[in-house]
Amino acid sequence: MALDAGGAAPGTSGFEYAPAPESRAVARIQSSYGLFIGGAFVESIDGGTFKTVSPSSEEVLAEVTAAGPLDVAAAVAAARAAFEGPWGTMPGRERAKYLYRIARLIQERSRELAVVETLDNGKPIRESRDVDVPLAAAHFFYYAGWADKLDHAGFGPSPRALGVAGQVIPWNFPLLMAAWKLAPALATGNTCVLKPAETTPLSALVLADILQQAGLPDGVVNILTGDGTTGAALVAHDGVDKVAFTGSTEVGRRIAESVAGTHKHLTLELGGKAANIVFADAALDQAVEGIVNGIFFNQGHVCCAGSRLLVEESVAATVVAMLKRRLGTLRLGDPMDKNTDIGAINSPEQLGRIVALVDAGENEGAERWSPPCALPEKGWWFPPTVFTDVSPAHRIAREEIFGPVLSVLTFRTPDEAVEKANNTTYGLSAGVWTEKGSRILSMASRLRAGVVWANTFNRFDPASPFGGFKESGFGREGGRQGLGAYLDV
Amino acid sequence: MQTVGDLGVRHAPLDDVVASAYRGAASSDVSSLISSQDRLARFLAGLPGVDQVGCEQRAAALATRSIKTTAKLTAIELAISMIDLTTLEGADTHGKVRTLCAKARRPEPTDDVVPHVAAVCVYPDLVATARHALSGSGVAVASVATAFPSGRASLAVKLADVGDAVAAGADEVDMVIDRGAFLQGDVGRVVEEIVAVKEACAGAHLKVILETGELATYDNVRRAAWLAMLGGADFVKTSTGKVTPASTVPVALVLLEAVRDFSSVTGRTVGVKVAGGIRTSKDAIRYLVAVNETVGPEWLVASRFRLGASSLLNDLLRQRRKQLTGQYAGSDDVSVE
Repeated sequence: MALDAGGAAPGTSGFEYAPAPESRAVARIQSSYGLFIGGAFVESIDGGTFKTVSPSSEEVLAEVTAAGPLDVAAAVAAARAAFEGPWGTMPGRERAKYLYRIARLIQERSRELAVVETLDNGKPIRESRDVDVPLAAAHFFYYAGWADKLDHAGFGPSPRALGVAGQVIPWNFPLLMAAWKLAPALATGNTCVLKPAETTPLSALVLADILQQAGLPDGVVNILTGDGTTGAALVAHDGVDKVAFTGSTEVGRRIAESVAGTHKHLTLELGGKAANIVFADAALDQAVEGIVNGIFFNQGHVCCAGSRLLVEESVAATVVAMLKRRLGTLRLGDPMDKNTDIGAINSPEQLGRIVALVDAGENEGAERWSPPCALPEKGWWFPPTVFTDVSPAHRIAREEIFGPVLSVLTFRTPDEAVEKANNTTYGLSAGVWTEKGSRILSMASRLRAGVVWANTFNRFDPASPFGGFKESGFGREGGRQGLGAYLDV
Repeated sequence: MQTVGDLGVRHAPLDDVVASAYRGAASSDVSSLISSQDRLARFLAGLPGVDQVGCEQRAAALATRSIKTTAKLTAIELAISMIDLTTLEGADTHGKVRTLCAKARRPEPTDDVVPHVAAVCVYPDLVATARHALSGSGVAVASVATAFPSGRASLAVKLADVGDAVAAGADEVDMVIDRGAFLQGDVGRVVEEIVAVKEACAGAHLKVILETGELATYDNVRRAAWLAMLGGADFVKTSTGKVTPASTVPVALVLLEAVRDFSSVTGRTVGVKVAGGIRTSKDAIRYLVAVNETVGPEWLVASRFRLGASSLLNDLLRQRRKQLTGQYAGSDDVSVE
């Protein structure tokens, strides 16, 4: 159909956004870092070093220590001493003061943390600034409030801490996952040994500096950088009373095996293959935003990402067309630019996994689409990708891709939507889009997922418990329920 | 920095796909649709809803766009060219209107690069003065009419009001809808008035003011926008500026989505005018970003997007000087209106 010109000629000048880079100077990254044990940065006893690299430029950011078994033993011993010393006997109201202090320091140093996170992880500065760092502070604030109220949290009078927690966290939300692990553990009176991911150690090291600044007693939190062997040594260490892990289901299984038959408590937050279910009566413009936010937020490196779009057949073509139009406006590029929507893929290994699964999707006959999109030459990148004509039998509908790749499936009835949504080995999250309130409630009660979002997606709040069904793990983080993971109940 | 949609994907027509969501609004159907109150009401009720939280979240996300240096300069000049420089006070005089018109013709007398504004917007009795003061300038004369701002008068009075403005030389007429009729479900009456006013405009461009602050919900805003477009609006406009809240970015988003969908269904292009409470360059740039990322840059022209404002112009001029010289201009460095 011809367009009515409506008067003067349409705009041809365009409106290009000039680069708006955040300053790197504020990051103050050191050339090398030791291990944070017993309240101080120390040299490794038996470990080595490795380099952490910026995924968007492949530039080496810093040299970091890879903790060896003796370092792990030293960190666990420091945590044990702190648990049996000042921290274990400190009243909750005193512990709370430290948590509040940490929360405030995270806010005060938020710009530095956001820049460090973006440089080390590759995620857009807009997200680290507006999501990761504020939520990390919010978790400390939230659990600070619980520290002196544990008697009234529904776990009986005077619930006891477990002791030393060994915590292994992933690379997708490095600071936020550290906050999710540390805040409830500290609020309940445990001490911690935290192992950040190999590819994203820096924000945890800034956090170590913040803990020093907050005057947290020595040894209450110890931070060991390193790769999977460091993590394995930590979870296998006899002195650890509690293991908390967020990461892949594959590694989670190995941890469960290693912990089985010991005295250790365990919580696992693993993979996901969430269904984002769009009914025909949904607010479609907002549903499209929710789909975008569900799968392209943080380059899809989100365990609860809405990687399967289940859309009612009668509006499927409309929704896919609207989605493609919207994807055309996403801005991919330098994560430090404040206008970037899609940043870099965290590592070449992860990029390889994404490419392999996308290739499998094409080979199995699904229709692959990406908006026209030039990728930067340096660094690791993958364009936002949508697969249509996906069958529930395809690998891209079953396996976690952990990248910016959406699989679109359709359904005809609510029953079919539930059946398809639950037809996964995972069960971390789901989304329901409809303007009908009663349908939201009935869907939420039938979906086997730890979180069900209604008319939104990927929204997090420290007061809301988060965790999985089935192979997405067990235990809950956040909310009152999150306290239970660190109490002897 | 790559914009993913550089190759025109963003602006590809959505074929008949979106049209299917708006069944009944294809251009041939419009006249039969608006001639039946029942059909019209059903059609409007069948439009996809707007989720308030999601809409406001999207607006907030767009507000984080960082428009700096050359982009800011482009945006400021673009915004100037889209202003409907407005004075709608009981105290307006011929002298005040002439002052405003001089400013509209040459907002920055020392710099020819600065464009003139899009229009000067006045009450009908001052149209002739504005017409005279703006002759040969390329600046349009816009007049509010139809018992602005409340719209509480008979259709005959409203049409006489429009006739006055058009006879005095108004290029554009800003009418208000009957919000009372809309809220009591009498959508047929609302659209009849729009059709009648459009006819009375006799070729003058018609902007239909929805007064979104009184419609209260985004669902209502979307329905009223479709109603106005079906009735023949050349522009849909948020507010009179006399009611709080006036224009907001989420409301603008809903209007932009409406004109985008209407264009893709009927092929007819309708503009959007935001008005009320837009005082700073930052406010204006947020709207331009919303336009850019919702309907695309081809809507970033004065024939498709307007900013109704009075004090905005001077802030744009001062911000422009800051971009060029690095120094903030004082309030006395730009002329009062």
